[in-house]
Parts: sequence; C-alpha cells; structure tokens
Amino acid sequence: MEREKTDKLQAVIDKYKGVKGALIPVLQEVQDLFNYLPDEALRAVGKGLKVPLSRIYGVVTFYTQFHLVPQGKNSIHVCTGTACHVKGAKKMLERIESLLGIKDGDTTEDFKFTLKSVRCVGTCFLAPVMMINEDYFGELTEKKTEEAIKQYN
Amino acid sequence: MEQRLFKTFDDLAQYRKSLNTLNDPNKIYVRICMTGCRAQGATGVRDALAAGIEERGLKDKIEIIDAGCMGFCAKAPVMVIDPADIFYQGVTAEDASDIIKKTLINNKVVNRLCLNGPKKGTKIVHSRDIPFYKDQETIVLRNCGRISPTSLVHYIERDGYSALAKTLSQMPPEVVIEEVKQSGLRGRGGGGFPTGLKWQFARAAKGAPKYIICNADEGDPGAFMDRAVLEGDPHSVIEGMIIGGYAIGSNEGYIYVRAEYPIAVEHLTIAIAQAEEAGLLGENILGSGFDFKLKIKQGAGAFVCGEETALIASIEGKQGRPRPRPPFPAQSGLWGKPTNINNVETWANIPPIVLNSASWFSSLGTEKSKGTKVFALAGKINNTGLVEVPMGISLRKVIFDIGGGIPKDKKFKAAQMGGPSGGCVPAEHLDLPIDYDSLQEVGAIMGSGGMVIVDENNCMVELARFFLEFTQDESCGKCVPCRIGTKRMLEILTRITLGEGRDEDIDTLIKLGQMIKDSSLCGLGQTAPNPVLSTIRYFRDEYETHIKEKRCAAGSCKELTIYVINPETCTGCMVCAKRCPNAAITGEKKRLHTIDPTKCIKCGLCFESCKFKAVEIKGRL
Repeated sequence: MEREKTDKLQAVIDKYKGVKGALIPVLQEVQDLFNYLPDEALRAVGKGLKVPLSRIYGVVTFYTQFHLVPQGKNSIHVCTGTACHVKGAKKMLERIESLLGIKDGDTTEDFKFTLKSVRCVGTCFLAPVMMINEDYFGELTEKKTEEAIKQYN
Repeated sequence: MEQRLFKTFDDLAQYRKSLNTLNDPNKIYVRICMTGCRAQGATGVRDALAAGIEERGLKDKIEIIDAGCMGFCAKAPVMVIDPADIFYQGVTAEDASDIIKKTLINNKVVNRLCLNGPKKGTKIVHSRDIPFYKDQETIVLRNCGRISPTSLVHYIERDGYSALAKTLSQMPPEVVIEEVKQSGLRGRGGGGFPTGLKWQFARAAKGAPKYIICNADEGDPGAFMDRAVLEGDPHSVIEGMIIGGYAIGSNEGYIYVRAEYPIAVEHLTIAIAQAEEAGLLGENILGSGFDFKLKIKQGAGAFVCGEETALIASIEGKQGRPRPRPPFPAQSGLWGKPTNINNVETWANIPPIVLNSASWFSSLGTEKSKGTKVFALAGKINNTGLVEVPMGISLRKVIFDIGGGIPKDKKFKAAQMGGPSGGCVPAEHLDLPIDYDSLQEVGAIMGSGGMVIVDENNCMVELARFFLEFTQDESCGKCVPCRIGTKRMLEILTRITLGEGRDEDIDTLIKLGQMIKDSSLCGLGQTAPNPVLSTIRYFRDEYETHIKEKRCAAGSCKELTIYVINPETCTGCMVCAKRCPNAAITGEKKRLHTIDPTKCIKCGLCFESCKFKAVEIKGRL
C-alpha cells in the first residue's frame, strides 16, 4: 500500500477511535480513499477499532454500498426502481451490457466502467434513468444511452 | 444579511420582523429549482442567468433564489419569476438572455417557455393558473421551491423556528404531546401510527439518555417525497426534531439518510451547522435551558434499514437486521435506550401544527386521517412529480386533474401505492377517497407516498414479479418465512411470466403469501406478498391467461408474446415497417404487411405505432 494512503487510512481510524457506532462511517471513508475495501485496510480497521474481522466482513457484505474488489473509474448506475421498470429500464440495462461487454455488477477489463443496477435513485420523473458518476441521464432511449457512455470513454 | 446568534426568544422574533429578503417590493425574484431539476441541467440555466444579470448591472434589482423542488418535475428545469408569478418550464441555458431581456427588463412574457394550456395554441403564464397546482394544499412542502434551502434567513422569514420558540417558551412537554395527539397526525412513513401517542410512550419510558431519530432512508423504489423535503427545506425537519426532543425529554437526535441522496446530505449538513451557529441547536437553545444536538448518519444501501429496529442496528454500526418487537424502540431502542423514530414528512408536519394549532390541522382531511399527504407521481402519468393533497381527495383527482392523465391516451390500469409493501388500486376504485383506512380496505396501503401509475401496456403479473424480486433481494435473511417464502413466490411468478405456469400456482401464491404475512419477523416480510395478493385480487384474469393460454395481453412478457398483423385491419401504411429496428416487417405500400417471427425481437414498437390496431398480440399456444 502506498505510504500516503496508509497515513490517510490511519487518520480515518484515529478520528473514530472510541466513537460509538463508528464502523459504517469508517468503512465509507476508507472506501472513498481506495475506491474499494482492500483486505489490508479492513484488517487495519479491525485492529484500530477493536472489531473482529468476521464482524467487519459481515457488515461489508450486508450493505450494497461496499465493494471488496476494485471498481472502475466511472460507475454507471442504472436505476431499476418501479417507475424506471415500467418504462423499460431492463432494456437499457441490456443495451449497456452488450455495449460494454460486461454483465450487471461487473467492471470492464480496462477498469473504465463498473456497471450496476440500483434501486431507485429518486428521480422517477426522468425514468428510465441512469447515473454516470454524479451525472444524471434521463428519459433514456438506446441512442441516448450510447451517447452518454461515449462521453466518458 | 448577516446571520447571527439568537440568545433569547425575543432576539429571534425581532430579527424575523426586520427581514425582507423574499418580498422586497423593489426587487424581482427568480426562483429556480436547484435540486431535482439539476438532473435536467438547472445549474447551467442558473449560471447563465446569473452571468447575464451581472453583465447588465442588474444585481441589485434581481435576485436569483436557488430553490428546492416545485413539484412539477415533468417539466424540469422549472422556474418562477416573482412578484409577477410567471412560470417557465423546460428552460435551457440558451433561454437565459431572452428571459433577462424580455421578462426581467421589459416585463414581457417569453411565450415559448410557458406551459401549454388545455386548448391547442394557448399558454398558461402564471403558476397560480396551472391545473397541476390547483387542488394542492401545502403544509409539508410549504417552503419547498419558495426559499433557498441553504438559507437559514429565508427559513426564519417564513416563520421558521417560531414554532420552536413557542414550544420552548410557552408549552410544557406534556402540552406539546397533547397538541400533536389532538392534531390527529399519523406516521407518514407508511405505518400510520398516531404520532402523539408514540411520543407519549417515549416520554413515559424509563431510562436515560433518550434518543430521537429521523428516518430518511427512503427506500421505496418510485418514491422521492422525503428527498424533496430534505433537499428543499431541511430546517423544517430539524425544527420538528428539536420540538420532538423537547417533548419526549431527549437531548440527542440522529438523521439516518440514504447515501444515494447526496444533495439531501449536503443541505442537511449545512442546515445543522447554521442552526448550531445561530443558537437554535446545541446548548441552552434560545436561552430556554434546553439542549439538543443532531447528527447525520448515512445509510449504506439496504432497503430493510427503513424498518425501525434494523435502522437502529445500522446506526450502531451493525448489519441492519430487524429484531422482534416488543420491546419497542420507545422502551429499548438505540443502544438499549428509549428512542422515538419518525419519518421525514412526519417531522416536517410538526412546526406548522405547533404554530397553527391542532384544530387547524385536524380540520383538513378525513375522520381518521388528518392533514395532507405528499405523493410522488411516477410511471405512466403525464405530470410526474411531487404533489401534496389533503387526505380524502379522490385518486381520480390526483391522477387525472393534477397528474394530467395517462400519456398517449392509453388506458389507465392501476395505481401501485406503497411500493413493494403496498398494493394496486384498479380503475374501479378511482373515486376512492385517499386515506389510511380506505386504502387498506381495498388491499393497498398509504405507504410513504409512492404512487406509480401503470397503463394497459404493463403486465400486472410481471409487476408483481418485479416487486417480489426486489423484496427477495432485500430480505435480510434473518427469518425463514421471508427468506425462503419470498424466494418460492418469486420462482412461481417467474415461471408464470415465462409461460410455465401451472394450474395450482395462483392458489399456492395466495396460501404462501398469507403465511409469509402472518409469520415474518418485520414489516418487510409481513408486507412483501401484498403486491402479489392485490394483483391476484384485481387482475386474476391476467394470471389465468398467462397460465392457461400462455399469453400476456399487455405484450410485456416476451416469452409469451408473438406479434402478428391482422390482414383485415392492416392498411399497408408502412409505419410499423419503418419503426421496426430489426427489419422484421415486410410488405409493400397499401399491401398487407407481415412480421417474420424469427427476426422479431419483441420490442413492441410496431404494436405501439399502428394507428389501426392491426398489430395484435397472440399467445404462445
């Protein structure tokens, strides 16, 4: 692990030492640091917060926000909430899958994109909608979907 | 205007009197939705307007307010120009110079940006004349879209924190609780439990410290009410929580908010810091001797954390799994201490109730459901967006008058209410007055306010399957009925949509569903079968055609759908052939067209585009 990151990791752990209910916020900050949760980082968190690794693993695998493998540079979140579902979200997801040659949940080989279907991003008026990083792309058609992804390629 | 520290009730009242930041007669205000509309490019519009105003030296006369959601999301980005009350929709950055030149300087309307009127060629200029807003009554959304959510000054000017001052200066805790009880307010998260009673339990509970929690883990797919309130008026939730803390005897609160709502987290963080700085949060609030602090906890993506005991486990840093109740959180909640949890919308109702009295609030609504309810209209409806209506209003009014009906003149099939925990309301109940009890009677629930409209092209079996897939996926796995029962139901539903349904399937689904409802540990499992049971109740025929005829009338289940062209009605207009993305349709002009089933990808475009209804859906048999 790079020195700079180890220092930052330690700083996060130190900040939350002795704080009740700190595990989830710590994991969120650690993931922001590495873009996923590396094994060594989890071990350090366990040691620092005095939480068994088994419990950390339980929490990490329980919540969809946490990842144990590196993520792509850009995250594509395809909303599959009810409004998007009734307006054809599945078709858009399939289109992206074939476009990037990966399945839902996977990352492209060049680590450019991670594709994930998510439950409602709360912008049902844009249905069907996807988010690439922080940007929304709404009222998707196959063409719009392709064009949006091209911007990040 | 500088923000300041308020040391006494009078300080705050005097300051409010001195404010004139929203209604200065010498100014023009441009309110732009900078929350939900950001997704459609509102930031660019705002920046272009701001630059143009600056360039022309109009900054002293024209003020832009980065406001919250105005509800009419279908027309995003939207803005209102005050005091003229001019409503512009679908605005782009390119429109900025016209808006400045014509409207802001010369007081003229830019016609193309106005909403289309009911008659062809007419325009609606003023927001007060827009049918979408006419039947609405705003209590919870009173400030949304009117103030800047990051301005404490705006909030205070609109009577913000005066309910808190009234509470702390004039009302003993028991009186506050009595007032909330009298108002008839019921939990807006979906359960509908009387809020005042909940507070009374928490106040009576032994143990210290006590905690207050705001459930902002809006997980129902198809709902965005809480998101809008948190983004558009965060102080109203904070004020409600401080009042609640005082009433039950708690000095510490948490807001548990979805990490998927970054703007909500941002605005809440700003609002809490502002309130602390102003002496409205922290020690000795307004000199009353009452202390209250508030923290934000971000969720990490688990639908089940909307359940109160799971949410508490999550705040404690554990897996968000529910536990049996009793003991209820009022007795043993966060870290084993008495805890009171209410949802965002419930909290936002508190300040107006305290300020305007319980009898004012209870004058709205029906006998057992008081006040208003915010709904998120989505799916196959023209005016997708956020609406707040008095309880007791009919579904027909919400869907057709406010919501503008179904796009492309399709037929309304059902309103799915309450998301994965709810049920559908079919056309025969469109005149039902919406309240907690009436909805329950027809097999749906109020839920948190998600209202997804489906039309004739949506398959109800497939919709039920979708919800089961959701709850199955989100089931925490702790109790058997939910973990395994929903899995079995999903398998059966999937089989039916693939054309492998069996005669006994419907009965099995009903039996299994009832069993899961009766025996699951928490609300997730207890309500998971609802979408299935309610679609069977009203659309049993759709299940039967899937099972017996291997046909999906809506053309939604691909495995069961074969498109054919009826030689009697086909005019050979060639529209379908042109629309077909896979060149599966052949035929010459004014001659019968045919679909090659080996090429057809079942996208349904031909079906949708045929004006003569010549494209028909046949079953697999």
